[in-house]
Amino acid sequence: MDLDLTPEQELVRDTVREFARDRVAPVAEELDRESRFPYELVRELGELGLMGLPIPEEYGGAGGDTVSYALAIEELTRIDSSVAITVAAHTSLGTMPIFLFGSEEQKRKWLPELASGTKLAAFGLTEAGAGSDAGATRTTAELRDGNWVVDGSKMFITNAGTDISGCVTITARTGEDEISNLIVSNGTAGYEISAPLKKLGWKASDTRELSFRDCAVPEGNLLGPRGQGFHQFLEILDGGRISVAAMGVGLAQGAYDLAFAYAQEREQFGKKISRFQAVQFRLADLATEIEAGRALTLRAAWLKDRGRPFAREAAMAKLYTGELSNRAANWSLQIHGGYGYMDEYAISRLYRDQKILEIGEGTNEVQRMVIAKHLGL
Amino acid sequence: MKIAVCVKHVPDAAVTKRIDPGTKRLDRSGEGSLNPVDANAVEEALRIRDATGDGAEGEVVLVSLGPEKAIDSLRKALAMGADRVLLVSDPDAAGSDLVATSSLLAKALEREGADLVLFGQQASDSDGAVLWAAVAERLRLPLISQVAELTLEGGAVTGKRQTEFGYDVIRAPLPAVVAVADSINEPRYPSLKGIMGAKRKQQDVLSLADLEIEAERAGASGSRTEVLALSDPPPRGETRKLEDDGTGAEKIVEFLAEKRLV
Ligand SMILES: Cc1cc2nc3c(=O)[nH]c(=O)nc-3n(C[C@H](O)[C@H](O)[C@H](O)COP(=O)(O)OP(=O)(O)OC[C@H]3O[C@@H](n4cnc5c(N)ncnc54)[C@H](O)[C@@H]3O)c2cc1C
Ligand SMILES: Cc1cc2nc3c(=O)[nH]c(=O)nc-3n(C[C@H](O)[C@H](O)[C@H](O)COP(=O)(O)OP(=O)(O)OC[C@H]3O[C@@H](n4cnc5c(N)ncnc54)[C@H](O)[C@@H]3O)c2cc1C
Repeated sequence: MDLDLTPEQELVRDTVREFARDRVAPVAEELDRESRFPYELVRELGELGLMGLPIPEEYGGAGGDTVSYALAIEELTRIDSSVAITVAAHTSLGTMPIFLFGSEEQKRKWLPELASGTKLAAFGLTEAGAGSDAGATRTTAELRDGNWVVDGSKMFITNAGTDISGCVTITARTGEDEISNLIVSNGTAGYEISAPLKKLGWKASDTRELSFRDCAVPEGNLLGPRGQGFHQFLEILDGGRISVAAMGVGLAQGAYDLAFAYAQEREQFGKKISRFQAVQFRLADLATEIEAGRALTLRAAWLKDRGRPFAREAAMAKLYTGELSNRAANWSLQIHGGYGYMDEYAISRLYRDQKILEIGEGTNEVQRMVIAKHLGL
Repeated sequence: MKIAVCVKHVPDAAVTKRIDPGTKRLDRSGEGSLNPVDANAVEEALRIRDATGDGAEGEVVLVSLGPEKAIDSLRKALAMGADRVLLVSDPDAAGSDLVATSSLLAKALEREGADLVLFGQQASDSDGAVLWAAVAERLRLPLISQVAELTLEGGAVTGKRQTEFGYDVIRAPLPAVVAVADSINEPRYPSLKGIMGAKRKQQDVLSLADLEIEAERAGASGSRTEVLALSDPPPRGETRKLEDDGTGAEKIVEFLAEKRLV
């Protein structure tokens, strides 16, 4: 048994940690306050190779493994969730379907721009009436004169409407009991994108409602064999859970870092509040659970890198770290007292950014359903 | 253009430094990292290599004396873009002082015969800010230290040196030794491709025997200094605590005037 990171994995972690501390931290509060998409940071992340970390070099990516990817996402989330989800959704949800299921021609066409971060990709699965029950998609695509003509809408889609969004991969009904995935380029006639949705957290991340009306997409934009859409999106979500689990670890670690520092500054009753055992025990519990959550997450990533089944572990990691990040944000804010409720204190942003980790890419309940299924129930 | 950059693996800034009372040496067992200002030296070397355009011939070689795990710090510099590594590592070199360190590094540098040898100004652990002088002396090469701006032209290097009173501008013919200050540039982050590619770059680890250096010239036996005793710095003398009741600034000025500092 070997639980050491490789030297490369360590260097990825340390580099992203430095980048997050020096480049993201100074602007995180402002981006959040102004709900402003971090174009400049995305450009820099692209230059570093972080917008296509697990994509092989031959398609313009960095050729990193899933463990490195999870470490990078953790370090970004530790400082700012909006930036982290921009990278994670682009990579795991936007780019992965094309990498995993695309033809050689589709990969050559799309991946270099996506992996370098000059274009962003989105994944449109959720609809107003199809959330946890994602198979209930109502959007349709009909083959007419060499085009798939798409009609329908998508809800809460990340990265779809930025100035550099290149495409969205959507699920659509291509027959009675048949779902397929289609790549829709931004700018296609009949594909409309709403104004940015206003939300509790992830304010600097781009979230939109999409609508398709007589939207003609070239036949060649079908991803993989027709009718494979359902299996494809399940596979995408399995991998995506590792990155959301890494966000859970990162958010918990970031909340812990803030509480740890604050507790050693703040004095009440004539001493640092870190001297009170009630505060120490909270921090001790969190430090312990964060280690557990990180181990669970990295193990899922490690299994994936070895080509072994990882779906069960990824769901467990996503569930555990989602709930852990909730406790961490809550306790950290509690340790901050009233100051933590103020916008100037970073914990208030982490607190708002946390909740979605228990909802997106499968709610806590959906994770329990997935795990129960793996248990044979 | 061949550029050698001397870099040191130092205890990480986050590690609390401790001197082993037994050996009277710094405890180096914890997490280590690339000496911060050495990253500036690497950055400068990369910029020179890439700007001189002779891409094929341009080369940045990292030269270091240190334990095997120093390769972790060197890897970061490789990931930034340096071309290869020459690490001198030998149990007999442990405990080398400035004299021994400079002679080992000079030997390794002689072997490379670089056009330009870059150093960081100062190591964050022992803070000597002097090694480059000793190495330049041994190599009989001109030296410019504390360089905040560097230009290469017509077979010469010009360095703008930061001093307490302004700048000195000094030109020296190549080959030369230059120690850079951290104000010279902003080191790049290693790119992910750089990180993945680092392990494929040439990394030579040489022993003293490989460099044809007798063990007596290295380590404790090759050293001219001996640490006799260590003690804490003397406690600060008279201190005065000023409470700011709105007149804090005036009080500080008064205090400085009293001490004839303003
Ligand atoms: C900021 C943000 C970004 C997003 N980005 C994307 C994106 O890029 N692409 C995309 O496709 N989607 C995206 N989503 C959508 C997200 O994945 C869904 O919101 C999520 O899957 C939950 O679906 P829903 O909101 O419809 O909730 P619902 O499915 O309506 O769930 C409501 C509640 O019912 C519970 N529930 C539902 N079914 C069961 C059951 N069988 N047993 C027990 N409890 C159940 C749920 O757990 C939940 O608590 C995003 C959402 C947000 C908020
Ligand atoms: C008795 C004694 C025992 C010692 N034992 C050890 C020991 O076991 N291990 C140890 O590391 N130090 C040891 N030292 C300290 C060692 O002598 C100094 O590290 C060395 O002389 C360099 O001085 P400095 O670190 O102050 O470097 P500075 O002069 O401050 O460094 C300037 C620049 O020189 C370069 N540089 C410095 N060190 C190296 C290096 N090793 N390889 C390549 N480039 C370098 C870097 O570019 C650096 O920025 C010992 C010193 C004494 C007196």
